[in-house]
Amino acid sequence: MPHDHPHDHSELDDMTARVMALETLLTRKGIVESAALDEIIETYETRVGPRNGAAVVARAWTDPEFRDWLERDATAAIGSMGFTGRQGEHMMAVFNTPERHNMVVCTLCSCYPWSVLGMPPVWYKSMPYRARAVREPRAVLAEFGVTLPEETAVRVWDSTAEMRYLVIPMRPDGTEGMSVDALAGLVTRDSMIGTGLALAPEAA
Amino acid sequence: MNASDTPRIPGVTDGETAPWFAEPWQAKAFAMTVSLHAAGVFSWTDWAEALSTRLHGATALPDGASSAAHMAQYYAAWLDALEEMTTRTGLTDPALLAETTETWQRAALATPHGTPIRFEAGLTDHG
Repeated sequence: MPHDHPHDHSELDDMTARVMALETLLTRKGIVESAALDEIIETYETRVGPRNGAAVVARAWTDPEFRDWLERDATAAIGSMGFTGRQGEHMMAVFNTPERHNMVVCTLCSCYPWSVLGMPPVWYKSMPYRARAVREPRAVLAEFGVTLPEETAVRVWDSTAEMRYLVIPMRPDGTEGMSVDALAGLVTRDSMIGTGLALAPEAA
Repeated sequence: MNASDTPRIPGVTDGETAPWFAEPWQAKAFAMTVSLHAAGVFSWTDWAEALSTRLHGATALPDGASSAAHMAQYYAAWLDALEEMTTRTGLTDPALLAETTETWQRAALATPHGTPIRFEAGLTDHG
């Protein structure tokens, strides 16, 4: 497209034009509806997000029965709270302990537990994270400001389209007697991917 | 280990409230994919495979590239994969996609700035 014209008309960048073309063709076929697309965007931008996962974690910290259920069948336990995946994926909860820290990646593309964490952050989708998480998890953690004790092993879980992981971070010290809602406030998105830890109560 | 072995991870300090899409077309491409999957056009496994192939074919961005640049690259791969999947399933074909894209671009050029762009404005006599 020539660029020496006066700016008295509109212009579409190539990506926008391609997406509009696809939408035009698919709408014409009746296979997608523009209003439904807007609703999907709205849902993911506002209603799905890491607060869902934080509620799951806080409940796991305070309700031993729920914790067991989460360990046995995370898909059902999480589904019981109203958070269900749309891609037919199974969920697995992996629990951090002093002996083992869990961290999640999708080396293939960007599979991620949308129903509990929303959309993946930029870094999760990026080539450097996908390439390095398995190879050198401790160096990656350091970039996120996380240093684990030497004796803590790091287990990296590689997500797929069929299996997504939710890290259950360790409950911070000094949180006895806190309400479930207050506890959820300590659970960061990154702590549920394993690139962070739950916040200490004074830091929240 | 040299720098290319350990490219820095972008967007680490963006925070939890960073936007999920850098530009509207990215959100729309995402939504069309979710919608087509829900309509049973393709399985999520097949989708993930197509996306993965495109992502692995992408060129590494320079160290220090912005989050927006990483998002643009990611969703460019996403759109390539989506065009491939809609072609593979017979919903579109490359020639039709190219022609429709050009029509939208012609429509934009024929539309005064600030006015909504109508697809019809880009149609030529034979289109």
